[in-house]
Amino acid sequence: MLIALLILPLLVAVAAFLLPSDRGRAYLVPLGGLLHFGILAPLVAGPTVTSSGHWLVFDPLGKLVLGAISVLYLVCSFFVPGYLGHYNHRPNRFFVMAMLGFLSATSLVILAHHLGLMWVAMEATTLITAPLIYFNRNAKSLEATWKYLLICSVGIALALLGSFFLAYASIKNGLPPSLLFEDLVKLAPQLSRPWLHAAFALLLVGYGTKMGLAPMHTWKPDAYGEAPGIVGALLAGGLSNCAFIAILRVLRISQAGGDGVYAHEAMVVMGLVSMAFAAVFMVRQRDIKRMLAYSSVEHMGILVLGVGLGGEAVYGALLHVMNNAATKGVMFLAAANMHRTYGSKQIADIKGVLHRLPISGALFIAGFFAITGSPPFGPFVSLFTILGQMMKSGRFAVAALFLALLGIVFVGMGASVLAIVQGRPTALASASPEKEKLWSTAPIVVLLAIVVLLGFYVPAPLQHLLMQGTAMLEVTR
Amino acid sequence: MVHLVDALLMAVIILNFIALGSSRIRSSVRVVGYQGVILGTLPLIVHHSVTWRGVVIAMAAVLLKGLVIPKMLEASLHPARAPREARPFVGFISSLLLGAVGTGLALLFAQTLPLAEAHTGLLLVPASLSNVMTGFWILTTRRTAIAHVLGILVLENGVFTFGLLLLDAMPELVEAGVLLDVFVGVFLMGILLKHIDRELSEVDIAAEPMTILREE
Repeated sequence: MLIALLILPLLVAVAAFLLPSDRGRAYLVPLGGLLHFGILAPLVAGPTVTSSGHWLVFDPLGKLVLGAISVLYLVCSFFVPGYLGHYNHRPNRFFVMAMLGFLSATSLVILAHHLGLMWVAMEATTLITAPLIYFNRNAKSLEATWKYLLICSVGIALALLGSFFLAYASIKNGLPPSLLFEDLVKLAPQLSRPWLHAAFALLLVGYGTKMGLAPMHTWKPDAYGEAPGIVGALLAGGLSNCAFIAILRVLRISQAGGDGVYAHEAMVVMGLVSMAFAAVFMVRQRDIKRMLAYSSVEHMGILVLGVGLGGEAVYGALLHVMNNAATKGVMFLAAANMHRTYGSKQIADIKGVLHRLPISGALFIAGFFAITGSPPFGPFVSLFTILGQMMKSGRFAVAALFLALLGIVFVGMGASVLAIVQGRPTALASASPEKEKLWSTAPIVVLLAIVVLLGFYVPAPLQHLLMQGTAMLEVTR
Repeated sequence: MVHLVDALLMAVIILNFIALGSSRIRSSVRVVGYQGVILGTLPLIVHHSVTWRGVVIAMAAVLLKGLVIPKMLEASLHPARAPREARPFVGFISSLLLGAVGTGLALLFAQTLPLAEAHTGLLLVPASLSNVMTGFWILTTRRTAIAHVLGILVLENGVFTFGLLLLDAMPELVEAGVLLDVFVGVFLMGILLKHIDRELSEVDIAAEPMTILREE
C-alpha cells in the first residue's frame, strides 16, 4: 500500500503527459490529490506500516506530516483547473506533471526510513518543484528558479556530507553498516560521538536550507515571490515540512546517541534566528508574496524552536505543522486571487481588496490574524503551547524574545494587510474582468474552516497521533 | 598506496588554490575538470579490492566530473570572448590567502575527528573539508552564475572525497554522491544555463550577475 502512495501520482503524471488537451489535463491534479488522499486516509487511521526491508515506514510522525500535506494538496488541487484555465494560452503539460510528481516525491521523503533514500527523495523534490517555480517563464521567475536550485543544491550537498559523517560514525566504531533509521537509533549509543556531533550540524544546516531557516533562507522570498500562489502554498505548507521531518529523523538519532542537549540547543538558536530575520524583513515589506515567504521563514523557525525546547513544546510544534500548512494555504491562495485581479503583487498597487474581492479579502484578513497567533484560530493554540513550555522550563529570555518577535511580525504584517484591504480599488483592478468564483474561493474557505476547527478542538485521532509523535521525540538522556 | 593517494589529494588541494586565484573563468572550469578526473580515479586506488561496483563508480565519476560537466560549462561560455570574473566581492590574491587559511583550519578540524584504523594517516578528511570550504568561498564571493556552478562543483568534489572513506562499507552512499553530480550537471547547468542565456540575452552569464530580485 505504501508503494501505491508513490506510484499512483506518477501514473497520473504519465496520463498527464499523454493527454493532448490542456483543459482536461488540469483536472488530473485534483484526481491525483483524491487518489493520494483516498489511499492515505485508511493508512493514517491504521497501525504503523512497514515495507519489507524496512526502507519505507509510515510512523506517527510521517502520518502527521504526510496527512497535513495530503489534505492541503487535495484542497488546493481544486484551485488548479480554474487557475490554469485563466492562463490557457500557456502550455501546462510540465506544470501538471510536476504537480503530480510533487505528491510522489514528498511522500517518499516522509516514508523513507533510510538515510540515503531520504536524501535522494529530497533531491527529487527540488527537481520536481523547479518547473513549478518557473511557470511564468520570465526573467524574474528564471532568476528565482536559479537561486532556488543553486542554494538548495548547496544545502543538499551539505546534507549528503552530513549523511556521510553519520555513516562514518558507525563505521569508525566497527558497527554493522546500516543506514536504516531504526538501526541507527538502536545503535546510536555506540556511534562515534564527534562524528555524530558534526553530522547533526551539517544535516541541520543542509536540510534547514531546504526548510528555509535563516540565514540559509535567501532563496525563499524569490522563489515564493515568483512562483504561482498555488505553488507557494504547497511549498510553504508541504515541502518545508518535508525538510522539517528530515531534521526530526536525524534528531532522534542524536538524542539516542546522547547528543540531544546540543542538538536541541542548536535548534532553539536556529529557530530564534529565523524568527528574527523574518521579523526584520516583514516590516515595510513591499511585495505581498515575499511577505508570505518571510512569514514561512518565521514559522519554520517556530517549528524547530518548539522541538528544540522539548516537552510540551514538541506537541505544540507538531500541531503547528497542521496549523501553519492550512493557514499558509489560505494566505497564498487569497494572494493569488489578488495578484490575478490587480495584475501586481506590490503592496503599493493593491488597494481596496475588501471592495473588489470581498471574499478573498476577508479570508486574507482572517488568515493574517490566524498566522500571527490571534485567537480563536489554530495557530494560537500551538503557539501558546510552545510559549507555555518556555515558561514551565523557566526559559524566560527565550519567551521574551519569542513574544517580542511575534509582536513585531504582527505589527509589520498588519500594516501591509490593512493597506491592501482598505481603500478604493485601483482603476486597473476595477477594469479587470476577474470575478470571485467557486473554484477561487471555496478551497480557501475549506482551509480556513480547518484553521478555525483546530483552534477550538483537536479531533481525537489527530490528538492520538500528536501524542505518539511527541513521544517519539521525547528526550532520553 | 597511501603515498599515492595522499599525493593525489595534495594535487586536489593545489587545484583548489588555482581555482581561487584564477580570474579567467575558462581556466577555472578546466581546473575543476582536472580535479574531477583525479577524484574519479581514487575509488580504484583507495578500494582494498577492485570490484565491478568500484570500477563503475570510478568511470561514472571521471566521465561526469572530468568530462561532461566541464564540457557543458565551456559550451555555455561565449566562444568569442575570454570572460573574466567581473568584480568579485573579494580580490583574487586575498581569496588565495584566505583559501590557505581555510585549508589550515580544515587540517586542524580534521584532527578532532577520530578515524578508523584503516584510514589513519590519509589526507582524505582534510582534503574533503578544504574543498568544501573553497567551494563555499567561491559561492559567496563571486557574482556570476557560472562561477556559482563552479563553486558547487568544488564543494561537491569535497563531499565525494569524503565518500571514499565509505566505499568499502556503504558504496550506495558514494553512488548518491555521483547522483548529485548528475543533478547539478544536467538540471542546474544543462537546462537552466541555456534558459538564462536565451531569456536574459543581454546578460553575459559568465561576466555579469543576476540582480533583478532583491530586497528593496
